[in-house]
Amino acid sequence: MSLRSPLGRVRGLGSAREGVGHWWAQRLTALSLIPLTLWFCVAVASLAGADYVTFRAWVGQPVNAGLLILLIVAVFYHAVLGVQVVIEDYVHGEGAKLALLLITKALAVVLGLAALLSVLTILFRG
Amino acid sequence: MTTQNRPLSPHLQVYRPQLTSMMSITHRVTGVALAVGTLLLVWWLVAAATGPEAYATAQGVISSVIGRLFLFGWTLALFYHLCNGIRHLFWDAGYGFELKSAYASGWAVLVATVALTLLAWVWGYATLAGATGTGAAGGGA
Repeated sequence: MSLRSPLGRVRGLGSAREGVGHWWAQRLTALSLIPLTLWFCVAVASLAGADYVTFRAWVGQPVNAGLLILLIVAVFYHAVLGVQVVIEDYVHGEGAKLALLLITKALAVVLGLAALLSVLTILFRG
Repeated sequence: MTTQNRPLSPHLQVYRPQLTSMMSITHRVTGVALAVGTLLLVWWLVAAATGPEAYATAQGVISSVIGRLFLFGWTLALFYHLCNGIRHLFWDAGYGFELKSAYASGWAVLVATVALTLLAWVWGYATLAGATGTGAAGGGA
């Protein structure tokens, strides 16, 4: 027997009113981050101590820039989803919780955008 | 409806720490640490897009002793979160829930974390050693 009302079940969104979207997004970004992270670690290890010209030449390669952009988007999306859960679990005051959630999202947007624009600047300006 | 008087789950202090529970909380801790670590990634990219001086400053801080200590910690955190994340994905798919498998995969994650971290740093130092004098850093071009 289910404790959920027929209306609740038919809407399928549960008590958080957002369904399983958060759960799926976290898993799919995690899956995409497995190859992206491994690629990034190999790249960084190979770029250890790289000077300005070498590093820009590397970022300026379309494949590297493309993979960096995918990595940045996946990392910040995944990080926001993860930090959100941590905040929701440990911060109990409604005001503080809301403020921290908004700050987290704003920071992720600003930092992610800064990283993306940097990659694009290097890619297109050479 | 009041949420103040709802029952609480038992307090953590009454449990003896186990590998499984410690690895679970470590997954969270490393996740938050890596979220903070994105600041370094963003700084590195923004510096490279800004100009040679900004890049030299970032590179100088990152390659300092403290910079390398932080980077080593983030490397450990990254590989732990990656390996343990794969373990979690298997659980999400419904595999590996038996106590024996949960412990076996836990130890495998710890061994893989240390091995991958050492491999990455040996690789990095090999690059540094090879790049001296020639100016080539590989990994592209």
